Amino acid sequence: MSGNTEEVKKHIGVYLKVAGALGVGTVVTVLASFLDVALALAVVIALIIALTKGSLVVAFFMHLIEERSRAILWTLALTVTFWFVLMLVPLLTMSDHIGTPKTLPNANAAESHAEEAH
Amino acid sequence: MEIPYTVAERPDTGLNNVKLGIWLFLASEVMLFGGLFSSYVLLRVGNAEWPLGAEFLNIPIGTFNTAVLIGSSVTMVLAFASLKLGDLAKYKTYMGATILLAVLFLLVKSYEYWEKISHDHLPSHGTFLAIYWTMTGLHGLHIIGGIAVNGFLWGPGSSMFHTKRDQFINRVEAAGLYWHFVDLVWIFLFPVLYLL
Repeated sequence: MSGNTEEVKKHIGVYLKVAGALGVGTVVTVLASFLDVALALAVVIALIIALTKGSLVVAFFMHLIEERSRAILWTLALTVTFWFVLMLVPLLTMSDHIGTPKTLPNANAAESHAEEAH
Repeated sequence: MEIPYTVAERPDTGLNNVKLGIWLFLASEVMLFGGLFSSYVLLRVGNAEWPLGAEFLNIPIGTFNTAVLIGSSVTMVLAFASLKLGDLAKYKTYMGATILLAVLFLLVKSYEYWEKISHDHLPSHGTFLAIYWTMTGLHGLHIIGGIAVNGFLWGPGSSMFHTKRDQFINRVEAAGLYWHFVDLVWIFLFPVLYLL
């Protein structure tokens, strides 16, 4: 944001509108949590609202919408990439079955036949 | 010795030192909280039963605190705009309001913590409580840090307005970026812990 008086005053108007939108978003977040929906859908709804509110904060309060510095944009792009990697860790952990004992359907067949013979 | 690029932009990044530094710091903060959110997901999907936040937490109080923190973000950005307009008195009013709202947030959070302790809902009594205390506790420490920085910039630090105005405005901008980040974290913490 430059020091131009008119521009700063215009920005103040935008800040107040964003403040109103964040207030409405907070009320909607709480009301949406009372909807009788499956957990997965509730998570999606809550995250969409939180992402919208978060984007407003980052874009207007943190002035990212008018940021032209490549250093900041690349830093944030890299951060977002590694953040997604972090979020993938639980998924990778869940899908990793290395070291988990696995019993084959006929694994004890030879022993049970031997027991029957006795 | 004068440190270069405290006000002027560096030719290689197009940023002054303060702005580059605070954005790099915020990037590391994203990874810090990202690690905790990732842990939350891992713990939640790994547990056969997970309590609803409302079973332990007070939703109206959490909603009130969310509004308080958003309000403090608004006063913070208005404080920065007042400085840009050269109005120190307005800046002090808005920055003072930011600090008071942050203190109110902490007081409400302390009441919540006291309620948990009195009901024996301690971190050692369950996975949900453990991650709740860890995430909100770390966030609370960030609030305390923000109050310290904003308090300095409201009080003794503001004398710089008369001597090195541009540098002072840069400092307030950096403090503001940090404060909005703290608000941003809460915007995600609130639904994840209280509502889901």
